[in-house]
Amino acid sequence: MELSELYREVILTHATHPHHYGEIENPDKKAHGSNPLCGDSFDIEIKMDGDKISEISFIGAGCSISKASASMMTEMARGKTVKEFYDLLDKMEKLVRGELAEKDAEELGDLAALAGVSAFPVRVKCAILPWKTLKNAVEDDD
Amino acid sequence: MNSLAGCCKKDFSTLKVKIYGKRLVYLDSAATSLKPESVIESITDFYRNHNANIHRGVYLLSQEATQLYEKTRSKLKKFFNTPEEGEIIYTSGTTGAVNLVASSWGRTNLGEGDVIVLSEMEHHSNLVPWQIVAREKGAELAYIPVTDSGELDLEEYKRIFKNHSVKIVAVNHISNVLGTLNPVEEIVRQAHMYGALVLIDGAQSAPHIPVDISRMDPDFYTVSGHKMLGPTGTGFLYGRRGILKSMPPYQSGGDMIEEVSLENATWNELPYKFEAGTQNIAGFVGLGAAVDYLSRMGMDRVRKHGEELSVKAREKLSSIKGMKFYGPEKGSPGGVLSFNIEGAHPHDIGTILDSEGIAVRTGHHCAQPLMKRLSVPATARASFYIYNDEQDIESLYSGIHKAVEVLKLGVK
Repeated sequence: MELSELYREVILTHATHPHHYGEIENPDKKAHGSNPLCGDSFDIEIKMDGDKISEISFIGAGCSISKASASMMTEMARGKTVKEFYDLLDKMEKLVRGELAEKDAEELGDLAALAGVSAFPVRVKCAILPWKTLKNAVEDDD
Repeated sequence: MNSLAGCCKKDFSTLKVKIYGKRLVYLDSAATSLKPESVIESITDFYRNHNANIHRGVYLLSQEATQLYEKTRSKLKKFFNTPEEGEIIYTSGTTGAVNLVASSWGRTNLGEGDVIVLSEMEHHSNLVPWQIVAREKGAELAYIPVTDSGELDLEEYKRIFKNHSVKIVAVNHISNVLGTLNPVEEIVRQAHMYGALVLIDGAQSAPHIPVDISRMDPDFYTVSGHKMLGPTGTGFLYGRRGILKSMPPYQSGGDMIEEVSLENATWNELPYKFEAGTQNIAGFVGLGAAVDYLSRMGMDRVRKHGEELSVKAREKLSSIKGMKFYGPEKGSPGGVLSFNIEGAHPHDIGTILDSEGIAVRTGHHCAQPLMKRLSVPATARASFYIYNDEQDIESLYSGIHKAVEVLKLGVK
């Protein structure tokens, strides 16, 4: 196991300086996600413009993997349609499980840095938690 | 002080396991202890040479199995100095024992407006069973607050009795996160003055300090065998016979009955009323070997060793920048040291320590309300036992330095 593969510079930067960290005014949808085993916990809020995620923010506490994943996710998901987000979610899950082809990983930009997580099975859930939470937010009907 | 670990390390085969090619530094005994050869040997010997079901065979092998199984009960009575009027009931561990009391005693004795007193530093296993029974019976929960120094606020505890109908108090003896040794004798005295019962969760105290149940005088005391060198799936509930007698069975089936007809059944005598079905026989034989091991070592020495290591580790790690400890400054008789490093999440610390062969626990330690009280999402926890030594503290220290480096904590 290579620690430098897990804790890449770009991950540490996102974790310490997360993007879109905070709350948005009058969100259309929101969701709370937590990992009962470790106590990681995130709240994600979004605004929708038709079928598009027009604004997104997150707050929460977690390890650098989950926080960096959340930060990168906000960058990637903003402006995407719900269907595009589901495609991205699918690729992301494959990436952290080590099942994504290299050429597909290249399209993911910064997110590709999370590929190192696949060598640390217990940390896969950390990387996925914010994404599952956003999925719940997108599907929030309240 | 190293004499203790020095003489017993060889008894624990797990310590020879290599982790990523490195020496295993096992600092998670508060979750479960390693098992000495004598315990492993006693289990295999049982299965090889004495395997039979207990209490029901007229044949010799079954009688042997019964004797071995029951011998552990008498060893436990002696080891924990239980009073004459008490019984030991085998359970799967502390969780099983607390659930037994909350369910059997709780459902028959709690009602609308009755109060169950817990503390802010309870493990979920001494919290959730009470929440469930309280909701069911309309009882209320009251909490003993935890002070900033990580101790129970006894003044507040005593105040609860002034305007509440307290029926039972259930608190831990040693906190699994803070390592605090709670003044259980005083807690028991106060509760008994008001006619309330007391359950002491001994999961972290039984492995580490001499426990004298007669002197402590609780109504219930719960223990996890696997944290005190015994096999997983073993533990017990100590209870006063009179109270246990009045309690309905918790689980029902074979071995717990006296007579069964198509319509009805009467219950077996104590402790068998609470030991339904085929028990973890080999496990309790193993627990007997664990008690023998700890008795040979002497619990005063065990306590001193764990306490000294927790103090030394705290001293050593305090030089690390951004280090924050949770729990009493004077060290823990339970050998527990919880900490965080500013700017780092404990999971990241845990993963990096693991890469060095160091096993620590990270997370909320099944004590989410306590995490909230400490205003942290999680902590890292190193816990020391008889087979740990100062070299392990050195390894932990170097491992944390590596974590600081990998996570670039100095260069923000």
